[in-house]
Formats: sequence, C-alpha cells, structure tokens
Amino acid sequence: MNEAAKQAFNAGNLAANAAVGAARRRRVSIDPITRLEGHGKIEIFLDEGGGVERAYFQVPELRGFEVFAVGRPAEEMPQITSRICGVCPTAHHMAATKCLDSLYGVEPPAAGRKIRELVYHTFMLEDHALHVYVLGGPDFIVGPEAPAAERNIVGVIGKVGVEVGKRVIAMRRRLRELIAYFGGKVVHPVLGLPGGVSKGLAKEDLPRFQALAQEGLEFAQFTLGVFKDLVLKNPEYVKLITGEAYTHQTCYLGMVDGQNKVNFYDGQLRVVDVGGKELMKFAGAKYLDYVAEHVEPWSYMKFTYLKPLGWRGFVEGAGTSVYSVAPLARLNASEGFTTPLAQRAYDEYFTVLGGKPVHHTLANHYARVVEMVYAAERMVELLNDPEITSPEVRVIPTRTPVEGVGVVEAPRGTLIHHYRTDERGVITMANLIVATAHNATRIAMSVDRAAKGLIREGKVTEGLLNKVEMAFRAYDPCLGCATHSLPGHLPLEARVYNHRGELVDLVRRD
Amino acid sequence: MAKPKVAFYWCASCGGCEETVVDLAEDILGLVEKVEIVLWPVAMDFKYRDVEALPEGGIVATFLNGAIRSTEQAELARLLRRKSRYMIAYGSCAHMGGVPGLANLYGREELLRFNYEGSPSVVNEGKVRPRVEHEEGGHRLHLPELHAGVRALDQVVEVDYYVPGCPPTPLVTKAAVGALLEGRLPERGSVLAPDVALCSECPRRESKPVDLALGELVRPHQRVLDGTKCFLAQGVVCMGPATRAGCGGQCMGGNMPCTGCFGPTSRVRDQGAKMLSSLCSNLGPKDEAGVDAVLGGMPDPVGTLYRYGLAKSLLRRKVGV
Repeated sequence: MNEAAKQAFNAGNLAANAAVGAARRRRVSIDPITRLEGHGKIEIFLDEGGGVERAYFQVPELRGFEVFAVGRPAEEMPQITSRICGVCPTAHHMAATKCLDSLYGVEPPAAGRKIRELVYHTFMLEDHALHVYVLGGPDFIVGPEAPAAERNIVGVIGKVGVEVGKRVIAMRRRLRELIAYFGGKVVHPVLGLPGGVSKGLAKEDLPRFQALAQEGLEFAQFTLGVFKDLVLKNPEYVKLITGEAYTHQTCYLGMVDGQNKVNFYDGQLRVVDVGGKELMKFAGAKYLDYVAEHVEPWSYMKFTYLKPLGWRGFVEGAGTSVYSVAPLARLNASEGFTTPLAQRAYDEYFTVLGGKPVHHTLANHYARVVEMVYAAERMVELLNDPEITSPEVRVIPTRTPVEGVGVVEAPRGTLIHHYRTDERGVITMANLIVATAHNATRIAMSVDRAAKGLIREGKVTEGLLNKVEMAFRAYDPCLGCATHSLPGHLPLEARVYNHRGELVDLVRRD
Repeated sequence: MAKPKVAFYWCASCGGCEETVVDLAEDILGLVEKVEIVLWPVAMDFKYRDVEALPEGGIVATFLNGAIRSTEQAELARLLRRKSRYMIAYGSCAHMGGVPGLANLYGREELLRFNYEGSPSVVNEGKVRPRVEHEEGGHRLHLPELHAGVRALDQVVEVDYYVPGCPPTPLVTKAAVGALLEGRLPERGSVLAPDVALCSECPRRESKPVDLALGELVRPHQRVLDGTKCFLAQGVVCMGPATRAGCGGQCMGGNMPCTGCFGPTSRVRDQGAKMLSSLCSNLGPKDEAGVDAVLGGMPDPVGTLYRYGLAKSLLRRKVGV
C-alpha cells in the first residue's frame, strides 16, 4: 500500500472511531440544582468509558437590573438593587449606599457610619449562621453520606439537640429584628442614604441591643465549638475537605483595612496569588483596571477574571487569572482580624489546614464560622461605642454628582456597585459585579472537577449527586435557599440519556 | 382524609418572598402541618414529573412568586395552572411585575447588549452572547429564551387571588393561607389584604394635612426627614395615598416613605395615575411654570409611580421597545 493510500485509510479509521465514540457519549443532566438564588443546572458529558469529559454549570436567567436602573434617581438604588436578592438584600443595599457617598462626595457622620456597620455586621452574623446550620450544616454536621432524609436542619437538630435548634431560630429572629429597627423591614431595608442613614438609635433601646450583641458573640463562639467538635475531630471530614476533588489553586480577592485585616464594610481590595503573595491591591474605584468579565455562550452568568493577566480559561495553578471571593478568599487575602477572638480563630484555622493559602473549597464552611466570631465581636464593639446613639446620623450632600463606586464584602464575597449620573443625580450607567459573578469561574471549575473526580464508568448515585452539589454549595452562591431547607430535602434529579437521546436511567434523591 | 396539596414556585424573583414564607413557618407550624407540600424547589424534592402526574386540579393552591421573563417560567406557570384549583400570585412581581418589570422600559436587545458587550467590565471582542442552543466539542447545551418583556402572572395564566407586597409580610401571608384552608375566600380575583389606602394605618396619619398645598417636591437625600411627620407634608413623594394597606407602615418605621409595593386598592385602575392625580390636585402653585417647578422635584415619574406595577399598568411598556 502506498503512503498516500495508507494515510487516507488511517484518516478514515480515525474518523469512523470518532463517530462511534461520539455516539457512545452520554449526558447526565442535573436540572434543576437547588438552594440557588434563582435557577441553575449542571450538564455532565460522559466519554465512552463513562468518565466525565466536561461538566457545565449553567445559569439560565437574566433580569437586567443594570439596564433598567438607567433613568432612576440614584438615591433609589439602595432599594431597587436590594431586589436583586431577597436573601442578601442588606449587602446590595449597603454597596449601593456607599456608592451614593462616593457619587456625591460625602462622608457620613460617625454615628451614621457606625449604624451602617452595626446593621451590616448583624446581617453577616445572621446570614452566616443560617448557612452553617441550615445549608452547610446538613452536609457536615450530619454527614455527606448520611441518608438524604436526615441531611437537613432536622438532622442537624437531632445531632446538636433541640435546644440548639431553638437557639438558632431565636437568635436569627432577634438579629433580624435589629436590622428591621433601623431598616424598617428586614427583607429590603430602607435605611441607606448618601451621607448617612435615615434613622438613629434611641438611647433607651441601646441596652437590649447590647445584650443581644453579647449573646450573638457567645452564639458565634459556641458555633465555632460545634464545628470543631463535629467536623474537625472527624478524620473522614478533614479528608473530604482537603481532598483533591474540592481543591483549586487560584488567586483570592478580599477587602482589607490599612493593616491588611479583614474588613466587611470598607477598605482596599487585595488579591493574593496561588502562593499567597500579594499580587494586587487597589481602591474599589479602580476595579475596572483589575477585574473583567468574560462571556460564554452557554450561560447567562458572566465569568470574572483578573484583567491584568487576561482571560486564560478555566485553568488553575501558577499564573492563573482565576480568582475567588467569599470567606475562604477573605481569610487568604488578609492577614487576620482586628478583634481578639476572631484573630485566635484565624490563626488556628491556618494551623489546622496546613498553612496559608488554603485552596480547599469546602474550607469555606470553616472560614465562615471564623467570620461569625468577627461579626459578633464587631457588633459588641459598635454597641459599646458611646457615639452610636448620637442623633447626628446624616450629612446632606451638596456636590453635583458624576460618578461613584461602592464596595462591601457580602457574605458571599466582594460586591461592587458603580454608577454614573447626570447633574440631577439620575442614573446614566450602572455596573454591578456581584459576589457570585466573581466566583463564577471557580464554581464552574469546581463542579467540573467534582464530577470528574466522582463519576466513574458512568455510575451515577445519589451520594454522588450530593457531592457534586457540595462543590458549588460551599460558595453559598447567593443561595436564596439558605433559609429555605427547613423540611430538609435536597431536591435533585439526574437523567441519564443514551446516544440516541433516550432516557435510560433516572436517579433521584428523596 | 388526605391533606390538601399545596405548591410553591418561583420565577423571576429575588428570593425575598421565599424568606417570608420561611419567616412564617416558625409562626404557623400548625397550619403547615395541615397541608401536603408537593412542590417547593428551594426546600423540598423537586419533580416536574410528579406535578405532571397529578390530575388536573390535584393541587389545591399554588403560591407562585416572581414575574414571567423567560420561556421556562411561562411553561412552569402554565403547568401549575393546569394542576391547581387556585393559582395565587404571591408578592409584587407575580402580582404586578414588580421591580423587574421596570425592564419593560427597555428592549431585550438593550439588556443583552449592555450585559455582554456594553458593560465597562466586560471584555468580549467576539461579541459572544448566551445562546438558546449551543454546541461545542460535541456537547449540546440549552438555555431558556428571554421574553421580549416582563409580564405579571395574570398576563400569562389566569390568577385566582393575589397576595401583595415586596415581599408580602408574614402576617398577610398567614391570613391568606388561613382563608384558603378554612374556605373563607372572598370573591375570585381579590387581593388578600385590607382594601383601604395605607394612609389609614400609617403611624404618621395624624400629621397629614387636609390640604397639602405642595410648594416643592423634595427627594429623600436632600433633606433630613422628620421622624414623626407625614412625608407628603414634608414635600417627599410617599405612595401611601395610592397604595393598599396591610404592611403596617414598615418603611415609615425606618423613616422612609412608602414606595407602593402593595399595589392599589380595588377601586383604583392604575396606581401611578392615581398618585399623579393626587399629587397634582395638591399642588400649591396653579400656574404652569409653578406646576413644572414642583414636579421637577420628581425626576423619574415612571420609576417613582410605577416602581412595582409597570408591567400591569396602563403604560405597560415604552413604545418601540
């Protein structure tokens, strides 16, 4: 056979093999995934051997807040943007309010700023507590392999006791009452205005909030104890947390103060690389020089990356432009906390997990508990500050607005609001980068990695589904559901199709 | 006797309505025990197939929150309508389109263009857009299609009752669920909340002047607001006169005016028009220049008067988008 004929024969063979291979590929759909604010699905494509070629994390929704904000008065933005998320409305409310300060070039008086911080730290404590006990809790406190019927808040209560369950519910309600005191309502609060807040703290109400903050702190420390006892003392869990299926070498972004300590409310944005070294540090107003968003045709959600490094794809390791935000990232991107108990917990966290930076996605749960201690300590500090009851809670802005940027650390990570207005303060451009957008690239990688690490020979089990879900749940991706799993079922359904697209298997978690 | 089946579902919404349902769970556990929840994606096993298998009317009531923005949401609304005896629009997005309904001031193309090309943080030289059908490396991926505009639930399927609010309060929700379970439902099409204006339950109502004689309209950031006095008397647009009561005046409790989330009472066809009429009849100046000067203090009439109700208003959407 001459050379040309041989090549043609081989090429034909390759093509034929590829066609057969493609026909043997299968698809596993996880649709819908749940405990997401909004909707999401995972599509997993298997190769001939039943291994995973690629898993896609898709977000099938777009509401377009940035576009319809145009034409609205800027001072309405704290209320309009809180409708992006009814679970973390306070984060949008605060980022928008800070953006208004920046827009109008006005600083709130001390009491105004402190009330904002108080409401914000109360919100962080309440929101983190929910994730720990209701969302993350089921997987760790009860166990990832526990029967689905027990892997829920009821199971958590079974494990930690009814008294603790009641304590969680009561603590949440009382913390939310504090937010409503200032914000009018807890879902979509109304307190934020440029230059301050709409309402001060009456002196006669101070003692009950001081007592609440103290209880909040005891509750946070108790929670840290629960986490240590039930998770860290269990070698299986530690193995899971530090396992390869949930580990990514990426960069991390978080807000820090002048001493590089974690700050939820204000500061500079600091990025560390995969080795934990400072890569960038910038004011929120400069975010456009440092972060950018990439578009893929298969999701409505955009994928954020470090702009100076350029989009390098869903790739990790040295030189990666992928970064993440949220508790894990905040601890990696900072050098500790300003409060003593949180600092102690911070040091212990890195000792237990083998040094800085921690790349284990599931360590987000541990980092979240450490942050609860900080949020509560900060509440105590603020409520013992004599300035907190000053009636001077607002400065009336006088400058002609042009442009502003406001940044806070939401429970789920860095949240950026950016507005331009006309001279009347009516929005002409709004750009928002929310926490889950910062995390989108890494979440997509985590889902892909977990699927690849867990699916073998096309075998799909209920336990696997939970573990794939755990890959995104650790980020708490704006989960409306953090508070919604009281009955405790994790609804998941995976459909397995053959190469003709026929349904051959259906795995459901009951 | 079998417990009545109830479903919860969400469309284009923020999750705040779900928060309220949970906030009430602690309160009304007894009530919740009386029903069988057959669908609650955020909280319970989620099976479209099971819903499809139910007979027509097999669900007593579906509480649906969120507006209708995509093909997927419309399909689910229709499926649940077929299966439910009562379809209840829960919260302002399902009731009137809600805040996402403000998107009707813009076209779908404007939304997509800004999000994927125009936004200053996007780098997208290839002008890539999310696509309904996409294939790469032999992987076929599908996304729902966005509708041209946002619709309230009753613009897509028939609705039997409405629970108002952004979000509804636990109290209003509890009353609605109670009325449903005890068969005390009012006339079909009713909004399950008091049918009087919010001013009637406002903690500041004593300070509302009979004749406002508005000499100026002030935006909330422009002046320190008196924590006890009627907002309209302070020159601040407060939607109280054109908005249904039932929230207990929560925003006033935070020293901010009502923005209208409970929608109008049954006697009002259009909430924004009602408020505009109320404002205009209370203007101090009677000459054109004076009137213009006062109304100039409200730079965004559509967003102010139709914050939650644009999709259901007489305006509906901007011409040409």
